[in-house]
Amino acid sequence: MSIEIRNVSKSFGQFQALKDISLVVPAGELVALLGPSGSGKTTLLRMIAGLDFPDTGSVIFDGQEGTRREARDRGVGFVFQHYSLFRHMTVFDNVAFGLTVKPRKSRPSKEAITKKVHELLQLIQLEGLANRYPSQLSGGQRQRVALARALAVEPNVLLLDEPFGALDAKVRQELRTWLRRLHDEIHVTSVFVTHDQEEALEVADRIVLMNEGRVVQEGPPEQVYHEPANAFVYHFLGSLNLFHARIEDGQAIIGEPATVSSAAPNGDTPMAYVRPHLMDIERFPKSRNHFPGRVVRINAAGPLVKVELVTERGQTVQVEISHERYRELQPAKNEMVFVGPREMRVF
Amino acid sequence: MAGTASIPLRNVPGASLGVRRDPRSVRWPLIVICVGFLALFLLLPLVAVFANALSSGVAAYLRALTDPEALSAIRLTLLTAGIAVPANLVFGVAAAWAIARFDFTGKRLLITLIDVPFSISPVISGMVFVLLFGAQGLFGKWLMAHNLRIVFAVPGLILATIFVTFPYIARELIPALQAVGSEEEEAALALGASGWKMLWRITLPNIKWSILYGVILCNARAMGEFGAVSVVSGHIRGLTNTMPLYIEILYNDYQLPAAFAVASLLTLLAVVTLIAKSIVEWKFEEDTASVIAVSKPDPS
Repeated sequence: MSIEIRNVSKSFGQFQALKDISLVVPAGELVALLGPSGSGKTTLLRMIAGLDFPDTGSVIFDGQEGTRREARDRGVGFVFQHYSLFRHMTVFDNVAFGLTVKPRKSRPSKEAITKKVHELLQLIQLEGLANRYPSQLSGGQRQRVALARALAVEPNVLLLDEPFGALDAKVRQELRTWLRRLHDEIHVTSVFVTHDQEEALEVADRIVLMNEGRVVQEGPPEQVYHEPANAFVYHFLGSLNLFHARIEDGQAIIGEPATVSSAAPNGDTPMAYVRPHLMDIERFPKSRNHFPGRVVRINAAGPLVKVELVTERGQTVQVEISHERYRELQPAKNEMVFVGPREMRVF
Repeated sequence: MAGTASIPLRNVPGASLGVRRDPRSVRWPLIVICVGFLALFLLLPLVAVFANALSSGVAAYLRALTDPEALSAIRLTLLTAGIAVPANLVFGVAAAWAIARFDFTGKRLLITLIDVPFSISPVISGMVFVLLFGAQGLFGKWLMAHNLRIVFAVPGLILATIFVTFPYIARELIPALQAVGSEEEEAALALGASGWKMLWRITLPNIKWSILYGVILCNARAMGEFGAVSVVSGHIRGLTNTMPLYIEILYNDYQLPAAFAVASLLTLLAVVTLIAKSIVEWKFEEDTASVIAVSKPDPS
């Protein structure tokens, strides 16, 4: 089922959560709503689910108007951030719930429900735990039960609100991969909300980046990552160094680095944005964009070596170089070196 | 059981008393004072009630309880509580749900209104009904014309009891519903449950211990209510006397053993209430413990 959001706005009291949002989720895709907290992404998700309703604008399912349709008539599966499993029911009853509350006419037989639930428990690899209560499960297990419960009703759309937010890093990574595989298997149109750019870039077919109630950019992960629409997107998708820049002969020349907190770009002086891994350290300046800095910290634990430098003006620059480059160069702490960008983006 | 009402106190779930190590010279006198005070003001009267009730022997005790007027008082008390408690249960669930789940203008006013019976004297609660439904009251003429009796009749007793006891269940359920939160309800709706199915299968099971707790307190108060009921009753023997009122009449007639015999029944009710309350609290804490475990995500 495809979903179209058309000019949707929503306010909670004084706070305008969504400002004239328009968006298309193509059928069968896995879309990430990405943004900082307060950007309106969860509100938008709840509107697709029918748990909230827009002040103006419409939500359209497969070309049919559905803005005012009740949640239970939408055929959505919703996975809540804190799982929201029914605490007084077993895993089995939780998963079966959506089937047992169907109107008598369309309700499957008891045997059919049992069969379906066991299939789903097999899918989430929790077959042996059918009689456990939610309080007896780990966080990752609960999340999978929540997913199975949402899938039991064979939803047209699967909606997930920060699905892995409350899990620790390792389980999160596993579940991400698992969700991606699951989606490739069942191809249900899915929308998930996250504030974790890595998660969005890794799992989604399309990313919708939101900020302050608006869509800032949308597109496939590669496109959003490599062609950020503005400074906010670039900033949000990873760590960066920020420099004041000037344009000479169509080329950006960076002057002194600026602090990241002064990120608000003003029209007059363009800002240059450089990711730490797109910076290099040299013993001698190679171009006009190289400037001196003193090494203050080296952290070689991890896939890249993180080097922190301080410029003559006392500002910090983060650089990430490969281990090969690090061994070749062997910078020492407190050594004066030259740093410069290999690639940068000016907004 | 009647008299001053207070918002029921209960152990806050999860809060454990820090056991402190104060010197013995502080600890023991404090414990002795507490136990002594309780013995003097609570235990001694309890013993006195039963001692007086049985002072003329078991046969006299049973005779006092099986007296037709006593039986009628017991029946009336059961009837009053039997109507007031379910009525307040429905009202309490509805009010608590409205307050915990919706934002509407006048919500604060509603919360304040629910507390009114707690804050005014039961005598005044009774007077209100006399002023409304009595012969000189607001609806008095209309009621007379239609040959309906409310004040000095059973309907008045029931109305007054409902009025005095209605905060108990609502007050108990509002924080319970707020603590449970609405996410599970939303999950049920998203899974296709109707509002009605959500109420029966998700909302009510989640607050069942709070409901039971509220019902126990409400019932104890309904059966023991004196002040409000006394005003609207008219004290017609065998007709409009509930147990507390009947006890007073016996007492005023110097029939002490009989008065205490009936009083011993109410006292038993109090003891049973306390035991039931403790069991429910214990169950409730067990459930809360598991709720806390649910909301605390653990690794793996």
